[in-house]
Amino acid sequence: MAEGFDISQIQGIIDTGIPQCGDIGVKVLELEDSGVTMSVPYDEKFAGNPVSGVLHGGIITTLIDSASGMCIYIKLKKYIPIATLDLRIDYLKPATPNEELRAYAECYRLTKQIAFVRAVAYHTDRNDPIANSVSTFMMRSTKTKPLNVQTAKVGDNS
Amino acid sequence: MTEMSSDGFLQAIREAKEGRNWNAFSQHIAYFDYLGLDVQDKEGEIICVLPKNKKFIGNPVLPALHGGIVGAFLESTALVHMMATQEVTQLPKIINITVEYLRSAKLEDTYAAAVFTKTGARVANMRVRAWQGDRNKPIATASANFLVS
Repeated sequence: MAEGFDISQIQGIIDTGIPQCGDIGVKVLELEDSGVTMSVPYDEKFAGNPVSGVLHGGIITTLIDSASGMCIYIKLKKYIPIATLDLRIDYLKPATPNEELRAYAECYRLTKQIAFVRAVAYHTDRNDPIANSVSTFMMRSTKTKPLNVQTAKVGDNS
Repeated sequence: MTEMSSDGFLQAIREAKEGRNWNAFSQHIAYFDYLGLDVQDKEGEIICVLPKNKKFIGNPVLPALHGGIVGAFLESTALVHMMATQEVTQLPKIINITVEYLRSAKLEDTYAAAVFTKTGARVANMRVRAWQGDRNKPIATASANFLVS
């Protein structure tokens, strides 16, 4: 496990401080020095294809964006405000309905200003991905305080 | 929302187009309904609206919409534009999307419109732009490829 954060702490920040992640049921599964694994459960209300029930790409985007940002904190071992600069996703194959979706993200290059991240979305096997992503993030995007100091005010996810 | 047949879905798209009843898409695509996607027809231009909703917040301190939601909205706008303007024989499949985040998305209604850069026989390439108060100040743009046949 990476030093600086533990899973329950990160999960608490997600549940209380990031309404969109709480709303779709994002969970932190594993924190490693190399990266972070997060999941979202299947829910038919997030289907993008009414014929097959396959999840809409938007849910994959949200999961990947969340994991990609989180892996930067893990790499830094601290919280600083960051903002997504760009995010590319290749959809390699459809997600399977009724299966949990996972994403693994790793920050493979960190500079003073920019973090470079790659991520995959999959069901059970990282080597059999549903989507592949590369993204860049701006570091110290705002002067806001860390989320875990502010979360008390944010309770209403509805 | 129950699963429907492929023919039934294509028929629903055709009927929506005939009546220019674009919001029918949200009745059939569950995730559009989750977004509360409102499709407006402004003098022939299709404009999608993502209504302001606290559940879309990704940064509660600013507050700002989650980058994933902004990406999802751009992708949805591209799909709506394609279904509304092209003859579709199947639900177009997204191949990839690149989202550029230009400004933080405030907790406000967000608008987006798409244009085709190329409509090929197999692949359609689109550019999508999203804005809030001022259309000349986009909050995000995207470029997306869809497999159409």
